[in-house]
Amino acid sequence: MDTWNYLEYAAWALSALFGVLMLIDLVRIDTTYDNELLISSREGEIEATAERHEI
Amino acid sequence: MANVTSTAAEPERLQLLRVLGPAHIWALGVGIVLVGEYMGWNFSVGKGGMIAGLIACWVAGLLYTCVAMIDSEVTSTVAAAGGQYAQAKHIVGPLMAFNVGLFLVMAYTMLEAANAITVGFLLDTVAGLQGHTGLNQQPFIILAIMFLAWLNYRGVLATLTFNLVITAIAFLAIITLFISVQFGASNVPLDFSAITSDPLPYGWVGIVASLHFGLWYYLGIEGTCQAAEEVRSPARSLPYGTMAGIMTLLIAATMTWYVCSGLIPWEYLGQAGTPLFDAARVTGSTSLMILLFVGTTFATLASANGCINDASRAWFSMGRDRYLPSWFGAVHPVYRTPYRSIVFLVPIALIFALGAPLDQVVTFSILSGLLGYTFMTFNMVMFRNKWPLDTIKRGYVHPFHPLPTIVLLILCSTAYFAVFLGYGTQLSAMMCFYIVASLWFHFRRYQFVRRGDQFTMPWPKPVGY
Repeated sequence: MDTWNYLEYAAWALSALFGVLMLIDLVRIDTTYDNELLISSREGEIEATAERHEI
Repeated sequence: MANVTSTAAEPERLQLLRVLGPAHIWALGVGIVLVGEYMGWNFSVGKGGMIAGLIACWVAGLLYTCVAMIDSEVTSTVAAAGGQYAQAKHIVGPLMAFNVGLFLVMAYTMLEAANAITVGFLLDTVAGLQGHTGLNQQPFIILAIMFLAWLNYRGVLATLTFNLVITAIAFLAIITLFISVQFGASNVPLDFSAITSDPLPYGWVGIVASLHFGLWYYLGIEGTCQAAEEVRSPARSLPYGTMAGIMTLLIAATMTWYVCSGLIPWEYLGQAGTPLFDAARVTGSTSLMILLFVGTTFATLASANGCINDASRAWFSMGRDRYLPSWFGAVHPVYRTPYRSIVFLVPIALIFALGAPLDQVVTFSILSGLLGYTFMTFNMVMFRNKWPLDTIKRGYVHPFHPLPTIVLLILCSTAYFAVFLGYGTQLSAMMCFYIVASLWFHFRRYQFVRRGDQFTMPWPKPVGY
């Protein structure tokens, strides 16, 4: 066992940590908020109020 | 919950956050691309010699300058996540938009996988230099993808600020190597004698073949417009960031060719895995070697980071318009990122990073990119015809129209031929994939698309309609 072996284990552990963090948060958000709100984004909505594309 | 758009007449909505500036756009574009200076481009030298490598560098530079100019004009008006997908939807039509969306997702996800593979290869090289053999690259490949996906999940500002820092360091590393070599820091002098003694070892066809890998210098600069919905001033920031990006890359590409071709014999350069790092090793300077190793690693990570950002925005936009299941069109209520799309694309990137050979992954990415550039040519012509200059306010108007479009189309055709010379089977297989996907969209998926809702730009009616 040298440093690189320990780094391999650390990489496995960190990979699992980041994956779990994302999945837990995804489940928490999906169960906390209404899906209609989560998918309510509309393209260009802010743009429509900021610019009218008039010359 | 913060920053939810709501009016008395309309229900509250979640939107992506507008927090980015021109520097972030530069970091996104150059960050995705700069890894091409650190590896890959040098196979063009192997295909056709030193002169062919330089011609490929500049011809591809011309191609991408056309891409950047065309993209800057269109995207300064179609300021929506999804970039070219949103452009295609508004200017050409749904089937084209679906295909362009797929080109984008495939190009960026494959490039992300290729970058992760490269991270594993780099660490294996360093472990080997330290006497450790048989390093298991898999945990490092997975960690690169998981960490960057997590960063993207947590917010676009932190993600692209991180990209700005590591991209700037990687770019400065190239400049430092160039200046150091110019001022005699290298043990080995620059030698360009092969230009006269062995100018075109494989003849003129070598120049055409080398163009395939010349694309590496700039592949992905068009990704800047994926951030259109997250920049504070799209009409100003997107053209600034994109044009500054292509200028940066033209400088970096030329410096890279000059230093590497001068220090490494072309026969070796044409096969090197990490040409800039190898050039630093040839100089005999330990500090330059460390700097270029850091530059290589940072460029690789910046590219993967930008690719996750762009692929998820394209996937998110398609979900939002019901081109894909609407589940993918969700925005995180706190971080304001397309979090479901980011998580969904992680296993796809992992499958390709762990299960496919690097050259196949890269070729798939290049071909998807080329299809996207081809789309840009007639997209630009249709845009100018349907909405002439006096009908829509543009943040940037590209000069000499339609010359850049014609040049881009000719160069794309040449690049297809160059790719066909080496990867004809992959080209055919990929065309079949997109044809099958198009049939699925036309006959099965399009019935779910909300046809009226998808056209949101406050544009006047197109000329002739």
